[in-house]
Amino acid sequence: MSALVLDGLTKRYGSFTAVHGASLRIPHGQFVCLLGPSGCGKTTLLRMIAGLEEPSGGQLLIDDRDITATPAHKRDFGMVFQSLALFPHLSAGENIAYPLRIRGVPADERRRRADSLLELVRLPGMADRPVSRLSGGQRQRVAIARALALEPKLFLLDEPLSALDAKLREAMQIELKQLQRRLGITTIVVTHDQREAMTMADLVVVMSEGRIRQAAPPMDVYRQPADAFVADFIGMTNLLEGEVTAPGRASVPGGELALAGLPPHGRALLSVRPEEVLLHPATAPNGANRLAGTLSFVRDLGASVEFRIDVAGREIVALTRPQDRPGVEPGAAVIVEIPAEACVVLPPEGRVS
Amino acid sequence: MIRRAPRSLGEHAPILFPALMLVVFFVIPFGLMIAVSVARRIPGGFYEPDLVLANYERFLSAFFGGVLSFSLELAALVAVVAVGIGFPFTYRLARLPRAAQVRWLVFLLSILSLSEVIIGFAWSTLLSRTAGITNLLVAVGLMAEPQSLSPSFGALLAGMVYQAFPYTVLVLYPALARLDPALVEASRTLGASPLKAFFTVVVPAQRNTIVATLIMAFVFALGSYLLPQLLGRPQHWTLSVLITDQAIYQSNMPFAAAMAVFLVLVSLALVGLSLLFGRKEEA
Repeated sequence: MSALVLDGLTKRYGSFTAVHGASLRIPHGQFVCLLGPSGCGKTTLLRMIAGLEEPSGGQLLIDDRDITATPAHKRDFGMVFQSLALFPHLSAGENIAYPLRIRGVPADERRRRADSLLELVRLPGMADRPVSRLSGGQRQRVAIARALALEPKLFLLDEPLSALDAKLREAMQIELKQLQRRLGITTIVVTHDQREAMTMADLVVVMSEGRIRQAAPPMDVYRQPADAFVADFIGMTNLLEGEVTAPGRASVPGGELALAGLPPHGRALLSVRPEEVLLHPATAPNGANRLAGTLSFVRDLGASVEFRIDVAGREIVALTRPQDRPGVEPGAAVIVEIPAEACVVLPPEGRVS
Repeated sequence: MIRRAPRSLGEHAPILFPALMLVVFFVIPFGLMIAVSVARRIPGGFYEPDLVLANYERFLSAFFGGVLSFSLELAALVAVVAVGIGFPFTYRLARLPRAAQVRWLVFLLSILSLSEVIIGFAWSTLLSRTAGITNLLVAVGLMAEPQSLSPSFGALLAGMVYQAFPYTVLVLYPALARLDPALVEASRTLGASPLKAFFTVVVPAQRNTIVATLIMAFVFALGSYLLPQLLGRPQHWTLSVLITDQAIYQSNMPFAAAMAVFLVLVSLALVGLSLLFGRKEEA
């Protein structure tokens, strides 16, 4: 099976290491999102894959062929830049035909291909429009069409949607995903927006401080975060620090939880998604995995209701559907239930950055 | 902002001072020069006011035509060479680390503090037989014996390009510093080698800046007056040299004035052209 393989890719700038030995195997046709906060090394990693940065160490292989030293213009990868980098002196059609011109494709053939690519990105008849007279969304599509003009083996996008407003961005995410599925092209997108990554990716690669923290399908990253950073970065989570007291039992602030997957002894870090946390009035029977607390804040988010509960000085967030809303008001004593199966035990050395 | 045209005197006030300066230091002297250019020369004396076009008719002579076309060609060649070297140089400069850029720009600005006389004599020494660079070539065995390279057309061209170079860099620098580096990277990922990216993206994207800089360097070189005399032979003397010669040594003020008027008009026309290109770029 053909694939892109990153083998210990490293980038150092002087004493600063931007990417620490990134290793990853991307099967053909996958949609991959490199996700992380700004400065986590995701763009540097993408630029190394594109051949725009020279790795300080490691290897890059495509279909078992080493391309670490291949210059960018011989890699046949299409890339969409954050600034889009459309050529201001060329029209939309000429921008798309630029890579064909470089390859010496005859003018009428170029024109035909540019027109069909404009169809592909749903901008028919825009070939002669100067770039300066296109809207943000249209520029976006021209940049995508240009990057796809050579039918590249790999489609790279560096925060491609960051310049668009929220509504257009959501629409483009879905469109981009559909386009990728239709073309079956291996795609790598850099983003700092976890919603964007969840919407589009087959494989989410979470990065922080130059390291890959987890590479897994979106729902696995969400349900089974590898460490505290991933748990906290993807969506909202409650992180509880516990101490293992007996096999399968851990004490946390405010009570004790019975859980599977705990280490035999020592400290444990637990992650529970807010929508998994159950909220009961103080009159409910006390039982397993129930902690007593005080409701400190409620806000309606439309599709859900968010509760913030003070449990022994720690804040726990719970999310319910409006119709499941328990009849409690801020200041009331409540009971928080943390179902054992919803709790993910994280490696204790994981730290929140 | 007032969008409509200013009507009262008060609304015109902000431009009164620059307008006054322009009248005093440009319109009046230029008017005087035009007046002198149509005056009648008194042989052996000075000139008296009149309205004769004899001085302009002399433009049609073969000698004047030769000097004029040489001046224009020289200025054009200097502009092309200066921009031809200056554009790639500035492109590289704009991509250096900040500290290195500042060092280069200070160095280039310091060249501007050199007077034309110093530049002329420096090049003339550098290209001389006794102390010039040919001695170095002899020392390393590339040449049999030292040669004099000045005065010659090559020496003149070198000196004038040297003089125009800092100006071209300073005019090109802001545009090239603003150029999005992703443009070149995009072109690289689309299959262009670095050299091809430079010629298919950087140069065409900066077309208007290049044309404006060419015109600026051309106008600058057109006024050159000392270097042709220091580094060139008499056949390399430009219109400016001829004007000085007529005005000071031949005491033919009317003819000198006519030539000066012509030179100013050519320069103004070209500045106008460069403004036109600048406006197109904004659109």
